[in-house]
Amino acid sequence: MVQLTLPKNSRIKTGKTWPKPEGATNTRKFSIYRWNPDDAENPRVDTYFVDMDTCGPMVLDALIKIKNEIDPTLTFRRSCREGICGSCAMNIDGINTLACIYGMDEIKGDVKIYPLPHLPVVKDLIPDLTHFYAQHESIKPWLETKTNAPAKEWRQSIEDRKKLDGLYECVMCACCSTSCPSYWWNGDRYLGPAALLHAYRWIIDSRDEATPERLDELEDPFKLYRCHTIMNCAKTCPKGLNPAKAIGSIKQLMLERTI
Amino acid sequence: MEFLTNRKRAVGLGSAKEGTGHHWRMIVTSVGLLILVPLFVFTVGPMLGQPHQAVLNYFSQPFPAIVTALTFLVGFMHFKSGAQVLIEDYTGGLTRKVLILAVICLSYGAAATGLFAIARIAL
Repeated sequence: MVQLTLPKNSRIKTGKTWPKPEGATNTRKFSIYRWNPDDAENPRVDTYFVDMDTCGPMVLDALIKIKNEIDPTLTFRRSCREGICGSCAMNIDGINTLACIYGMDEIKGDVKIYPLPHLPVVKDLIPDLTHFYAQHESIKPWLETKTNAPAKEWRQSIEDRKKLDGLYECVMCACCSTSCPSYWWNGDRYLGPAALLHAYRWIIDSRDEATPERLDELEDPFKLYRCHTIMNCAKTCPKGLNPAKAIGSIKQLMLERTI
Repeated sequence: MEFLTNRKRAVGLGSAKEGTGHHWRMIVTSVGLLILVPLFVFTVGPMLGQPHQAVLNYFSQPFPAIVTALTFLVGFMHFKSGAQVLIEDYTGGLTRKVLILAVICLSYGAAATGLFAIARIAL
């Protein structure tokens, strides 16, 4: 349900300003959300100055530099550093994106970094994705078949394989779902763009034989029809995918079997 | 605090097996209004500022009366479905149920009032 103000213990305060690196002439200011569950303090925004002459071009490079050289307590997820794992999803300069593929040259002025919005925070820039992953699991993201398995493999034509383009590339970073106001307000029941994109990926798969059951499971005013085509998901997706289009296609299939 | 597994919390009470009908009604009424609203504007618009008797005579004709009646009916049915979604988005629990009930009553009431007024003038 809608919550327009933050609870008292979640209100963000001004945090520590770390000193500028000695001798650096080309520095950039980073304002980063910090919260530690162990100290019972409110969240705060710490300010760091990074020497850009010795820093890589991506936001993740700066975060790693801050962690290595300024403040080792800064906590964030990262792994592949090339936009494949989806670990380093965070809100940078007001946009949900992957820190590893978001260049600092794309940001004007100071760099403001927050965790993905509207999710419980585990620590600093790490959101709790438990419910997000459980929703993904609930759409059964695997091949469901009833026919006996073929001797060699489930065959698929080139045309049918092409239908999966723009769907299979999703890395489950949660940027789309956490940019969606419908997911903010009703995320407990609405599956969100990421889970629905994956649902469509299996519905449209020519080898999958559980299409009716999958559509049955999705036919719900909240699970599917909370999407109001706001399009934030498509705008923010760091992989350039269009979950809103996939959701629209599911709605079309629902109509096709009704009318 | 509820000790639920993550999967149970995500699945909730399962699918309502409903929603497509509501979605289709929204599409149908939207398309209807796409046609009716311009017709309404161009039929009712010329009557603005006209004498009372001229307006009564105008709405006694079948075409303006039917267009106006259909606009009322389709418009309020579209409003009913749209406002229900809005209420579902922003409220929960008993408030949600009471507001949905109220908006349904309001929509049917307003549509019936409009139809009655048109019928009284036209017939």
